[in-house]
Amino acid sequence: MSTEGSPIVREGPILRALQHIGATFLFALQLLAQCGPALARPGLIVRQIYNAGARSLIIIMLSGISTGAVLGLQGDNLLQRFGSENYLGIAAAFGLLKELGPVLTALLFAGRAGTALTSEIGMMRATDQLTAMEMMAVDPLRYVAAPRFLGGLIAMPLLTAVFNAVGLYGAQLIGVEEMGVDRGAFWSEMQSSIALADVRESIVKSLVFGFVASLIAVYEGYYSDGTAEGVGLATTRTVVASSVLTLLLDYVLSAVFL
Amino acid sequence: MTSPEHRAAPEAASDIVVAAEDVHFAIGGRRIFSGLTLRARRGRITAVMGPSGTGKTTLLRLITAQAYPDSGRLTVWGRDVTTLRSREVFAMRTRMGMLFQNGALLTDIDVFENVAFPLREHTSLPEPLIRDIVLTKLHAVGLRGAARLMPAELSGGMARRVALARAIVMDPELLIYDEPFVGLDPIALGVILRLIQKMNEALGLTSIVVSHDVHELETIADDSYLISEGRVVASGTPQELGAGGSPIVQQFMSGSPDGPVPFHYPAPDYAAELLDGAAAPGEGP
Ligand SMILES: Nc1ncnc2c1ncn2[C@@H]1O[C@H](COP(=O)(O)OP(=O)(O)OP(=O)(O)O)[C@@H](O)[C@H]1O
Ligand SMILES: [Mg+2]
Repeated sequence: MSTEGSPIVREGPILRALQHIGATFLFALQLLAQCGPALARPGLIVRQIYNAGARSLIIIMLSGISTGAVLGLQGDNLLQRFGSENYLGIAAAFGLLKELGPVLTALLFAGRAGTALTSEIGMMRATDQLTAMEMMAVDPLRYVAAPRFLGGLIAMPLLTAVFNAVGLYGAQLIGVEEMGVDRGAFWSEMQSSIALADVRESIVKSLVFGFVASLIAVYEGYYSDGTAEGVGLATTRTVVASSVLTLLLDYVLSAVFL
Repeated sequence: MTSPEHRAAPEAASDIVVAAEDVHFAIGGRRIFSGLTLRARRGRITAVMGPSGTGKTTLLRLITAQAYPDSGRLTVWGRDVTTLRSREVFAMRTRMGMLFQNGALLTDIDVFENVAFPLREHTSLPEPLIRDIVLTKLHAVGLRGAARLMPAELSGGMARRVALARAIVMDPELLIYDEPFVGLDPIALGVILRLIQKMNEALGLTSIVVSHDVHELETIADDSYLISEGRVVASGTPQELGAGGSPIVQQFMSGSPDGPVPFHYPAPDYAAELLDGAAAPGEGP
């Protein structure tokens, strides 16, 4: 920005952040308005679910199983001190469903799918593809942005569910097979104590995180300036903004659900 | 050589497809047009020439309502572009085809689907018909065999020819070419030149061709305009331009760096800047 701007409105970081939030909000409204028409093209959305979801599956499963394994290890260690290893199943399911599943999936999603979205759309901006669409009287919000946003929104809860399931398997693997917690106790205590509300919390969180991460990724790509450097910066902003927002929102949502 | 106020023989208003009257436009604090006046007539090939950075691409952005003039009047098919609603802008664009400077093919679908894209978006033609139309257009640019290649697998010149096939697939009334000749080998260039000419004759298309390739344009253009420093500095048939004695035209046609058209982007005095280089660092990246 030039230094000879208006003397009253100096572009401080706060003002810039506010501008950014306002712009993202307006973009969200436009985007949501195009989501309806975009649904008429399920093929485009399915492709984006594949891009955002299936391609993240491996890292989600790897992270899920190691997170679950750690939970099994540390949970068993802690619970043994109280002589209540039989509650390991509850502890693992509680932690995975309500916190670790949605949050870690969202962070991984931002790093894997979010960056891919931003750089893809940013490159389309840089190579005039979005302008070319406008020239062919096709709204790129409807054809490019909305399907990618919806794909991410749908993929997130699915990925979270996978993360949770694999995580539980990991906890069971370490807790039961390695540490000798009773298999029956592990599963039955879990089933009797985990309520539907806990599952709902997991789904709601993953939907909210998916909404935020996909929105930011699409927005940053759409408005990146069309240069290699601009796309790089936009990609970085995607990861930083989605990660920070995920953690902030996680606290808010947890407080709401309690 | 004729003055910027050059007018062709008396013509009906409906024969004017694009008319710019005293258009002013600035972007990022930089004045691009200051009083640009030109017109493109129906069924003719209008060439817009000018040195790099004079705003030729910007002019096309104005004509296609991607940006609006600050003042002056710009009409397309008789309608002032600044008054169009977004629905009308889209309707206007469906009557246009535009060839981008770098092709701008959609990178996630193959050549065939790129050319088919406008058809699929705006018509509900049966698949066999779409196939026939697309292959016909690809054949016209000599790339029927490349139908299943992805854009990343094309050379720059091939990408431009595919983009041309896409631009004509909806049979537009107005075709806009941004630098169509750059990066083409002589054969492809000849083909594209003939194609532009043929489409104008056979389909009664109106074409606007932007280029700095004076000699290629000479052979096909009906009217031509030379833009420099925000205004039209010469206009007429290419022959009139070529024959003109104006130093500006002479410089542009002969490609000399010295003359009325500055080779340099506007800058402070060279000697002065060198002398107090430490005191006045340049702005920008
Ligand atoms: N978004 C923008 N912000 C600021 N300046 C711009 C912007 N777009 C273009 N310009 C300026 O407008 C001028 C005209 O650009 P334009 O792309 O229209 O030139 P051109 O005649 O098409 O050049 P070329 O023959 O090299 O394609 C340039 O000097 C450029 O610096
Ligand atoms: Mg240009």
